[in-house]
Amino acid sequence: METHKAKRVAIIIEAPMERRLTNALTEAGVQGYSILPVLGGSGRSGQWTREGQVGRSGMMQVVCIIRPERLDTLLEAAFKVVERHMGVVTVSDCEVLRAERF
Amino acid sequence: MADIFDLATTNLLSPVILFFVLGVAAALARSDLSVPEAAAKTLSLYLLFAIGFKGGASVAAHGVDARLIASLGAGVVLSFFLPFIAFGLLRVMTNLNRLDAAAVAAHYGSISIVTFVAATSVLESRLIDSEGYMVAVAAMMEAPAILSALWLVARGAPDGGRMDATLLREIMLNGSIVLLVGSFAIGAITGQDGLEKIASFIVAPFTGVLCLFLLDMGLVAGRGLREVRGQISMATVAFAVLMPLIGSTIGLGFGLLIGLSAGGVALMMVLSASASYIAVPAAMRVALPEANPSIYLTLSLGVTFPFNLTIGIPLYVAVASAIVGVN
Repeated sequence: METHKAKRVAIIIEAPMERRLTNALTEAGVQGYSILPVLGGSGRSGQWTREGQVGRSGMMQVVCIIRPERLDTLLEAAFKVVERHMGVVTVSDCEVLRAERF
Repeated sequence: MADIFDLATTNLLSPVILFFVLGVAAALARSDLSVPEAAAKTLSLYLLFAIGFKGGASVAAHGVDARLIASLGAGVVLSFFLPFIAFGLLRVMTNLNRLDAAAVAAHYGSISIVTFVAATSVLESRLIDSEGYMVAVAAMMEAPAILSALWLVARGAPDGGRMDATLLREIMLNGSIVLLVGSFAIGAITGQDGLEKIASFIVAPFTGVLCLFLLDMGLVAGRGLREVRGQISMATVAFAVLMPLIGSTIGLGFGLLIGLSAGGVALMMVLSASASYIAVPAAMRVALPEANPSIYLTLSLGVTFPFNLTIGIPLYVAVASAIVGVN
């Protein structure tokens, strides 16, 4: 089966910034993304867990698959939002079956 | 003094406090006891719904007077004003930088709705009446402190804090505020008839749900304390005990000036003494991302919340009862 090269961008960001990030991605022309809850973790600020939290706290992960030529536009839009905040941005290569969807 | 001691002892041995202590102890002992996030949010929604509805129904029963407007105004003034005192104290007492001090100060101008709920529970158990509209005062006190903190930061570094229309809307339409004010309005519209219809859901199980929620708060506070052990100075911890006492004294003055009942004065003291750990931390992560969250969360949830829950509330209730008198 034929596959097509794509980029997978995963952005872990603080929950209060999630909507700002997805708005920025939409404005940058990103048509699709998935949002995943992060259950807990450890970083420069120490350990944390989502358990028992009632406020809009913790981290979320926004994952998008895009065509390679659109990567720079996405990263520029995302960086404007995440620049001052905790989080991790990773880019990896992947392959998709239906290129027209990305 | 004997009254204060008696009230403090009764309060300390109440199921509500003991469940909080259990949560802290379990977290410090690294037990795997936990309340799932969704369950904790559901418990929180229940408490906001119940306390808002009961407050509204009480207003419907007792009517609206000029003291309601004065109380709402006092709440806004206190929330704007208290961060300046907190900020000054932090800068004198501790070595926190301007940004961290302003972020902490915002928490102390805003309020802890769970502390408020616990205080109403104590008042009800002592059969002390309070003005139902104090719930609305609580809602009014959530946001102004954030603006004061951002102004304090902006004075030191013009591009230090970030307040835009989106953040303002998020703060004002925070889910807790919407549910609290909405339930209050529905309670005020439907009155005692409405309350009777859902009393079996929001009155009888209330204390049990509060126990479970405070168990969760204890677990969260305990985990926070475990993580920051040794990272926060004793002077900073001292601030988190001193500030509620100063805030409650100012709240006492406002309550007496307005002419609130003993229960109302006690609740005004509680609101002025408590520190936010739900709405303000989220706002600070957006507006002041460089401020250290472990400092303000630990002080608010790990020190001031337990202090108010165990010592503060009985103290405020006893002082208000002694000064105003209980009918």
